[in-house]
Amino acid sequence: MNNNGEEKRPSPEALLKLAKAEEDKAAKGRLKIFLGYAAGVGKTYTMLAVAQQLRREGADVVAAYVESHGRTETDALLRGLEAIPKATIRYQGVLLPELDLDAVLARRPQIALVDELAHTNAPGMRHEKRWQDVQELLNADIDVYTTVNIQHFESLNDIVAQITGVIVRETVPDLLLDQADEIRLVDISPDELLQRLHEGKVYIPSQAAQAMEKFFQPGNLIALRELSLRHAAMRVDDQMRAYMETRAIPGPWPAAERLLVCVSGSPFSERLMRITRRLANEMKAPWYAVYIESPGDDKFARENRERIWRDLRLAENMGAEVATITASSVADALVDYAVRHNVTKIVVGKPAKSRWREFLRPPLVDQIIRRSGTIDVYVVSISAAGRREGFAPAARKKIPWPGYMSAVVLVGGASLICAALIPFFSPTNMAMIYLLAVVLAGIRLGREPAILAAFLGVLAFDFFFVPPYFTFAVADKEYLLTFFALFTVGAVISTLVAKGRQRVETMQTREVQTASLYYLSRDLAAAADTYTIMQAVHKNIRESLNAAIMFFFPDGEQLTLMDDGAGLAPDIKEQAVAGWAFRNQQPAGRGTSTLSSAAFLYLPLKTSINVLGVLGIRLAKETDYTSPQPRLLLDAFASQTAMALERVQFAHQAEQARILLTRENLERALLNSISHDLRSPLATITGILSSLQDEGGGLNDTARRELLATAGEEAARLNRFVGNLLDMTRLEAGVIKLKEEPCDVQDLIGCALAHLEQRLGERPVSINLPPGLPLVLMDMVLMNQVLINLLDNAVKFSPPGSAIDIIVRIDRKSLFIETGDRGPGVPDHDLTRIFDKFYQVPVPEGAAGTGLGLSICKGIVEAHGGTIRAENRAGGGLRVICRLPLKITPKENGQHE
Amino acid sequence: MNNETNSANPPRILVVDDEAAIRRFLQTVLSSGDFCVQQAENGHLALAAAAAFRPDLILLDLGLPDMDGVEVIKRLREWSKVPIIVLSVREREDDKVKALDAGADDYLTKPFGIGELLARIRVALRRAVQQAPAPIYKIDDLEVDLVHRRIVAGGREVQLTPTEYDLLRLLVTHAGKVLTHRQILRQIWGAGYVEQPHVLRVNISNLRHKIEKDSSRPRYILTEAGVGYRLKADF
Repeated sequence: MNNNGEEKRPSPEALLKLAKAEEDKAAKGRLKIFLGYAAGVGKTYTMLAVAQQLRREGADVVAAYVESHGRTETDALLRGLEAIPKATIRYQGVLLPELDLDAVLARRPQIALVDELAHTNAPGMRHEKRWQDVQELLNADIDVYTTVNIQHFESLNDIVAQITGVIVRETVPDLLLDQADEIRLVDISPDELLQRLHEGKVYIPSQAAQAMEKFFQPGNLIALRELSLRHAAMRVDDQMRAYMETRAIPGPWPAAERLLVCVSGSPFSERLMRITRRLANEMKAPWYAVYIESPGDDKFARENRERIWRDLRLAENMGAEVATITASSVADALVDYAVRHNVTKIVVGKPAKSRWREFLRPPLVDQIIRRSGTIDVYVVSISAAGRREGFAPAARKKIPWPGYMSAVVLVGGASLICAALIPFFSPTNMAMIYLLAVVLAGIRLGREPAILAAFLGVLAFDFFFVPPYFTFAVADKEYLLTFFALFTVGAVISTLVAKGRQRVETMQTREVQTASLYYLSRDLAAAADTYTIMQAVHKNIRESLNAAIMFFFPDGEQLTLMDDGAGLAPDIKEQAVAGWAFRNQQPAGRGTSTLSSAAFLYLPLKTSINVLGVLGIRLAKETDYTSPQPRLLLDAFASQTAMALERVQFAHQAEQARILLTRENLERALLNSISHDLRSPLATITGILSSLQDEGGGLNDTARRELLATAGEEAARLNRFVGNLLDMTRLEAGVIKLKEEPCDVQDLIGCALAHLEQRLGERPVSINLPPGLPLVLMDMVLMNQVLINLLDNAVKFSPPGSAIDIIVRIDRKSLFIETGDRGPGVPDHDLTRIFDKFYQVPVPEGAAGTGLGLSICKGIVEAHGGTIRAENRAGGGLRVICRLPLKITPKENGQHE
Repeated sequence: MNNETNSANPPRILVVDDEAAIRRFLQTVLSSGDFCVQQAENGHLALAAAAAFRPDLILLDLGLPDMDGVEVIKRLREWSKVPIIVLSVREREDDKVKALDAGADDYLTKPFGIGELLARIRVALRRAVQQAPAPIYKIDDLEVDLVHRRIVAGGREVQLTPTEYDLLRLLVTHAGKVLTHRQILRQIWGAGYVEQPHVLRVNISNLRHKIEKDSSRPRYILTEAGVGYRLKADF
């Protein structure tokens, strides 16, 4: 019963997820996608029709970018809609109309219509792709209506290519389709579409006419239509599922699946990823794309890195979680990662053909299957069908001409040596000289030149030293074996040598990176403030990447350059790029797809909670921006820096909180003290006054006088306390300005004693003044206060009638004024605390002070640049010593005029 | 209560303070002390009352709501020599000095005892009716004969330098009244010396050594910290 009830309640996770998604949506604009399966189905038309309807209902709709391609029905629908003027970009002599993102952002409409989501922007625009523009609009809380065809979605790209044979290069991340709040399928039958095509109602760019013809085949259209319908249906299914989940409608829930695909940088990786993404989508499962870097594998040659980097970014675009792992065994690392991330299915490609190496080492698939345990392994065929035009290695390898030339020279040299050695060696041994040349080539020049050297070596050997000489003919068949051995040994050795060298290079790069990361983290760990952090990052980035950097930190609403002494002064444009990176929490500038014309690369300093600033980097070499190694390192640097900054911020906040607490405590003490010290004398005075008022007649004269004397004392005490409070407040507020004038120390003492005449009564006061004391610069009023407070304490804390001593000394730099009493003194551990505000030494009876007197003394003496301290006297009692810097008036007069 | 006061024509005192409680307290105390008291609660009313009421003495609080107390003193001094005693709180030494320099005769720090107030009032009234200073000043063991320039302290004659004598004579002729540093410096040394207080300090110190029994606890020349000096008066 109870159990049933539990089950029907929506799971907290589901609700949380939904709440989070809705929260995210609330802050962002809504995205509505008009999805079609081919040009001409009427996406733009439908979008405009909807827009017109909304406009009539009073919505604030603008056409941010709509292309009618001269179709009159579309044009008619554009009428009445506010259109944002397009930006025109001149590119290679052609004026290209583009979406003016800033104009739309400035206009801030409720809904913006943006046609052709998959469009690639002209170079020089802020983003490479229009969908990035759309995302920025959404982030700015603007609803966007947009059109796109199904084949533009990243994960369907290859299916579409398979169906139609046309490769679509303008792609949109699937994430956008997932994020869309609404998808409106615009559908007409293929027959009707073809009819419209024939009537010339479908706009086809002239340069694509041929491709389009291939595209608009009934078979293709049917397949594409099915694809788009299926996607729309899946989307509806998603919504249904979400609805059921939140309302706890029981249903067949899919098990929590997680998929993993290994990215290798091979031409098939991309296809594997698309397949995984589709599988993951169907299973509603998250998926991971992992690149395992293993220095022992020649597949990870340097030129592959770019492709791997691109693949990982693509995977990220398709919604995968991406990781790079370094391990010696790919299979082990992959399975290990899968286990740690609760992956249920690993997707691997079926090797297209066996290679000779597989005899030595079992294929990766076999290795994974052997280790995978409970994890399912999906083996996907990556046959020639996957190899398409678009998959040619992104960067054509440069041919190392100098290497080949050197190989030729090496072989030539070997031939000359052999020629010189003819009298001494048999021809067969000449092969050894060539072998030497090949090995040398392998070590110095790399693999390909070495193979060339082996080949040339065989030819030269045959030509010059195998009879018949100077022909390629071979008389003795035995030499064929020599040739074969020479070539094979040469090829194998050079391959091994080259591989070894590569491995060393990889290791070295890794080591340098690990080391620089280590040094940075060490420096950052030691950094206690933002400035030190910046210095540490400066130093490490300069050392490991030879890059110039600058820091931007938010200052209110603005992002401002932090002056770190590097002297870089970015112009307004650069600052704007940094600002973009900060607001959008994404990398921008050089080497990214956003505002790539900037001079710097801008990485947001992101922590799990927020963005703390932006790091601007100018790398030494242009190629470094696109190659993955520096970028990976920079990303690592940026995240380490962000963490360090966050740590410093937290530390700062903690310190602030501590200070606040201390202040609160002090304020509480102050309030306590005030309420006690103000109220108790008031209570006495009020009590005495009321008793005199009510029963004044009933009291005898003596009693009355006593009461009045008490009231008078209490009033004096109150007055002292208020005076102290005021002094303290002014000292702390720093409004006290010293009025230093030449003072006669004897006069000062006399003045203070005169003030305390009544309190001192008949007490013996011994004054010890050195003769010929000069006038000393001080604020007489304040120092008088100090002396009064000290003497008052001496009176208060010592037995009546005991002596009070005042001793004045000078040395070359200081004036010392000591007051001493014969009271109980102060426990040694409290000797410094007695100068703290509101600190009161516990006293046996009624001598309670305010706890302010000594701290006021301290404040005044320190304002004079002096010090004050207390010590217990040898014969009992306390001595307080003020030391003032001995400032003597320059125009010191003689004793007599 | 003293010989200046006669019951037929009691001295008139104008009390200027914005605090009603203080005015009421002073009114009560002073009226019972045989003074005729008039009140004013701000500067303008005080100036008007001074003209209409013609007081023999003004008790003036410096913190008035409508105008600065020092300004009131300056305006009064344009046409009147009426003694003015300033009432002020402890922290405003500068204001006291300004008030004294502007022409106030004395000051009292709030809160004050009524005995102190009455003593100051007596001194001020006595000084006001005195046309010329008495030729002989005598208090306790100190005797200053201005006619013969003879000073006897503790029973023996004291030799002073001319400056010291001038200083002492100035104090004697203003006995009981606070003299600010500037006032003394201007009178004895001239206007060029008003910013050189060390001259005064040294001479006061020397003077004390000669006439005081214990110059660390002076009994005659009293220091008003941050304001000036006052010679003890025996009124």
